[in-house]
Amino acid sequence: MVYLIITVAKILLIVFPIMACVAYLTLAERKIIGYMQVRIGPNRVNLSLLPGIRNLRGFGQPIADSIKLMFKEIIIPTNANKFLFVSAPILALAPALAAWAVIPFADGWVLADINAGLLYILAMTSLGVYGIMISGWASNSKYAFLGSMRSAAQIISYEIAMGFALVGVLMAAGSLNLTDIVMAQKGNFLHWFWLPLFPLFIVYFISGLAETNRAPFDVAEGESEIVAGFHVEYSGMLFAVFFLAEYANMILIASLITIMFLGGWLSPFAGIPVLEYLYLPGIFWFGAKVAFVLFFFLWIRATFPRYRYDQIMRLGWKVFIPITLVWIVVLGLLILLKLPPWFA
Amino acid sequence: MNSVKNLFKSLFLLELIQGLRVTGRYLFARKITVQYPDEKTPQSFRFRGRHAQRRYPNGEERCIACKLCEATCPALAITIDVEQRADGSRRTSRYDIDLTKCIFCGYCEESCPVDAIVETRVFEYCGEENGDLLMTKQDLLAAGDKLEQQLNADRLLDSPYR
Repeated sequence: MVYLIITVAKILLIVFPIMACVAYLTLAERKIIGYMQVRIGPNRVNLSLLPGIRNLRGFGQPIADSIKLMFKEIIIPTNANKFLFVSAPILALAPALAAWAVIPFADGWVLADINAGLLYILAMTSLGVYGIMISGWASNSKYAFLGSMRSAAQIISYEIAMGFALVGVLMAAGSLNLTDIVMAQKGNFLHWFWLPLFPLFIVYFISGLAETNRAPFDVAEGESEIVAGFHVEYSGMLFAVFFLAEYANMILIASLITIMFLGGWLSPFAGIPVLEYLYLPGIFWFGAKVAFVLFFFLWIRATFPRYRYDQIMRLGWKVFIPITLVWIVVLGLLILLKLPPWFA
Repeated sequence: MNSVKNLFKSLFLLELIQGLRVTGRYLFARKITVQYPDEKTPQSFRFRGRHAQRRYPNGEERCIACKLCEATCPALAITIDVEQRADGSRRTSRYDIDLTKCIFCGYCEESCPVDAIVETRVFEYCGEENGDLLMTKQDLLAAGDKLEQQLNADRLLDSPYR
């Protein structure tokens, strides 16, 4: 009983901060993309908790947005399959949140320290595609159906490259447990896996973009081509749940990149004179690295136009899979040679 | 050789990095947004907003019901009825501008021989009910009375170019 209560408390401690992060990630996205387009982004909804600070303008925007979405009408199309239509957003959000169970936020700060953590992550991130596919099918709309088919093909293609990139991490760390993977990168930022696994790092990052249907791989939504893709028929809170799932997935991919390639909660300055005495808790480094990766997600969205569909397929099958395969062989050699400082 | 160069370029994402550099630079550039209700862009004295009818300084309305504006209006937004007033002068008994039809081209103003119908600088207006955007003669004259100073100043500024 006590165990149950503690676990539930832990789950809430993970889920609520993630929800808050999602809310403010949307604000960050609008602000950063706005700045890159020489605009200023949302600045009208003021949080008047600190009336003196004018720079906080716009900080109430996510709250205003979520209240607006909650009070909007949920429209279910006449010919839609009602049960699937309503369950699709839940199917999209549930795996995006469930995957957080194995993420170590700092040393020992993990809900379920299971040995097959990486496999669990792979399973959960793959499940997200069902929400999108079912939403497209249940809406009984051409655009939604096209969007969901595109997204299904895309996610399945990039899953392979992503999986191979994870094989590289697995070889380098010698473990599927995410905590062990972070511990295998002990040392300063030169000891992290992003250096020996650099091509896999890039491939994983780009596949992560494709996996979360982010620009420039957002053909599943493709506003200019298929209206809004899989979620055309969704409104109000059901749409908000899709939105939550997309952003929760983004944060999840960013934290996976942090854990597998950027040393998780480890300080980048360990073993560097003077700087190593800069003590900050692990969760801070973890958050900073996740924010750094997320900034790249937004930066890329502000920069690149959408890929054409055949180009996406070409990139996934004919570029990423060969690169990862070659680098896995190279990595095997590096490990055999016990290349310092990573594999010594 | 060229294809090798292209392969190198795409494999190392060189062109993508160039693109990222451009947006990265603009992240710190000065923002050009005009925050509309608080800040406004300057208006020309030729600005063509909502219409008004002007009067002579003695209070007599300018319009002589020549119907040139009605004839020239490309959107057929103006409707005029004519009557003879008790003192024998020709005046409008009805002068309606349907703002939902109007395209704000300014031809009515150009065609007017007595500078009666003019377009003002007012562009922030709305109609909440059906018919709110139909300006009658009274509305037009009232708007003209209210804005006469501005209208006069704008015509003076424009006169050197005519």
